[in-house]
Amino acid sequence: MRNPYLPILMRIERIIVETDDEMLKSFDLVFVNESDGQGFSFMPGQFCEISVFGKGEAPFGFASSPLEQGYLRITVNKAGVLTTALHDLAEGDIVGLRGPLGNGYPLHLFEGHNIVVIGGGFAFTTLRSLVVYMLHSANRAKFGEISIVYGARQPGLLLYKQELSIWGHRDDVRLYLTVDKRDETWRGREALVPNVVEEVAPNPKNAYAVICGPSVMIRYTLPKLSALGFSPDQIYTSLERRMKCGLGKCGRCNIGPYYVCEDGPVFSYAQLNGLPKEY
Amino acid sequence: MKKIAKADMGRFIARLLEQYMVYAPVQVDDAIQFQEITTPSEAYLDYQNSTKSPKGVFLPQSEVLFRYNKGPKQVTVTPPEEIKKERVLLGVRGCDVRATLLLDAIFNTPVNPDVYYEEKRGKTIIIGLACSEPPSLCFCTSVGGTPFDRKGSDLFLIDISDAYLVDVLTDKGEKLLDDTLFRDATAADLELARKREAEALEQMPPPLEVKQLKDKLDGMVESPLWGTLAERCLRCGICAYLCPSCYCFDIVDEDYGSSGERVRNWDACMFSLYSLETSGHNPRPTGSERWRQRLMHKFNYAIGQCGDALCVGCGRCVQGCPVNIDIRKIVTDVMAS
Repeated sequence: MRNPYLPILMRIERIIVETDDEMLKSFDLVFVNESDGQGFSFMPGQFCEISVFGKGEAPFGFASSPLEQGYLRITVNKAGVLTTALHDLAEGDIVGLRGPLGNGYPLHLFEGHNIVVIGGGFAFTTLRSLVVYMLHSANRAKFGEISIVYGARQPGLLLYKQELSIWGHRDDVRLYLTVDKRDETWRGREALVPNVVEEVAPNPKNAYAVICGPSVMIRYTLPKLSALGFSPDQIYTSLERRMKCGLGKCGRCNIGPYYVCEDGPVFSYAQLNGLPKEY
Repeated sequence: MKKIAKADMGRFIARLLEQYMVYAPVQVDDAIQFQEITTPSEAYLDYQNSTKSPKGVFLPQSEVLFRYNKGPKQVTVTPPEEIKKERVLLGVRGCDVRATLLLDAIFNTPVNPDVYYEEKRGKTIIIGLACSEPPSLCFCTSVGGTPFDRKGSDLFLIDISDAYLVDVLTDKGEKLLDDTLFRDATAADLELARKREAEALEQMPPPLEVKQLKDKLDGMVESPLWGTLAERCLRCGICAYLCPSCYCFDIVDEDYGSSGERVRNWDACMFSLYSLETSGHNPRPTGSERWRQRLMHKFNYAIGQCGDALCVGCGRCVQGCPVNIDIRKIVTDVMAS
């Protein structure tokens, strides 16, 4: 059995600067040793621990979909020691990867239902994985209506503009983009995500909502979803915590009896009810 | 049942040392701690309670997970070498063995087993030692143990004056026995051991009432108790470091330029850095949340996780706390609230 603490070596194939402020970059990673890639599979919502050797490790959700073959993508906000070191790396450099870790989105539950995806800022990474997965020709028929509400502070901070453009042109997905503050490039909505959710009023019947974003966005969106009739077991989120092992051992990422790394990171609000609000 | 004369223990340990790496309680300055010995005389079996628990034998305070070398556009990762020599952990109290069984449930999991822990644990034979004179701060009988708790030991020694009675509990333990040093125990030996056990039990304080503790804690997610505890606590972490069943760890890179090591170190839920995130957000920002975490983890979450509370009543946290926070009192307060 593979030692789960040993990182798989990955080469940075491509670096994409995602936002105008250059604080977010996507890294497309390929396996240094092809044999490591054989049998490696993950599902949307799962994550990995990325090593910058000498700096340590940090967890990142997979932003690519399992059906995008040939590379694994993570999108990284430059914020601390490790993410700064990662941003300083160049194409061709080597990082480590441990994973896939965590549970992923409950696709078996989502199938046959309408899905409302609500994202804010740079928390859209695993939502990208989920949406790309659901919209793939092999999967699209398994899901009902797909609606996406995605907002950022400014237009230049929206991630994955290429995909957003493609989704915007499809007739089998409703895409509602919004910014907190528009600029001269923006002709779309200027509104906060919770208000857009209220305005587009997704129907809770036979539906699941998936929400990822800054806690303030989530705090104001949850009551809107409740008012629309979504029950806590119809609303899923993906949590972030400081993690070390990612294997349910090192102890720090639990919320009540659940380890975010192992039992999550995806939880329904029904699961989180009554637990310490330590997230 | 076998027995070995105390006068022969030195020879027994010498024979163990020929074949095994032996960890035993050793007196170092004012402290008793478990460490590797190279001569029989280092082992000090007449101790009451070791200052540090033996958990470091399986989960070292600092442990290299792998070494790496960095070159231009390339990295190599090398795990530590396999352990070749089997180990014997000698003279462990029943409470510390129980704590090891709890750690087994955390680390030897069917999915993602901790290979480092598992290897050391699998290659270690445990010789337990009955607690004939339980220290005054102990409360093992409150949390499901007894001073003569044999569970988890391969051999179990009971002090009967000039000899140790030897309870052979597993095949792993049996293979350590040597016909020239071990003799069959007599009826009088067994009687003496029973008497010692009864005496030890008599010295234990009356058990705390903990039956509904988990249920009680279920209703205490929000409670003023956590803040009260936090007011006194210095967040020094000594309780977690001394606890035989606390196991949280941090993982860091020790970088030496072109090479380095990934190391895991003991950590403690009392530290603010333990849960502090890069953004500056800390989901457990004050001592209240950290105390809730400590108590809930030990006496509530752990029940589902490893089937039992993460406390074996060794009393080390009570003994070591610089501001006299007493887990027995906390449990009593929770039950009374």
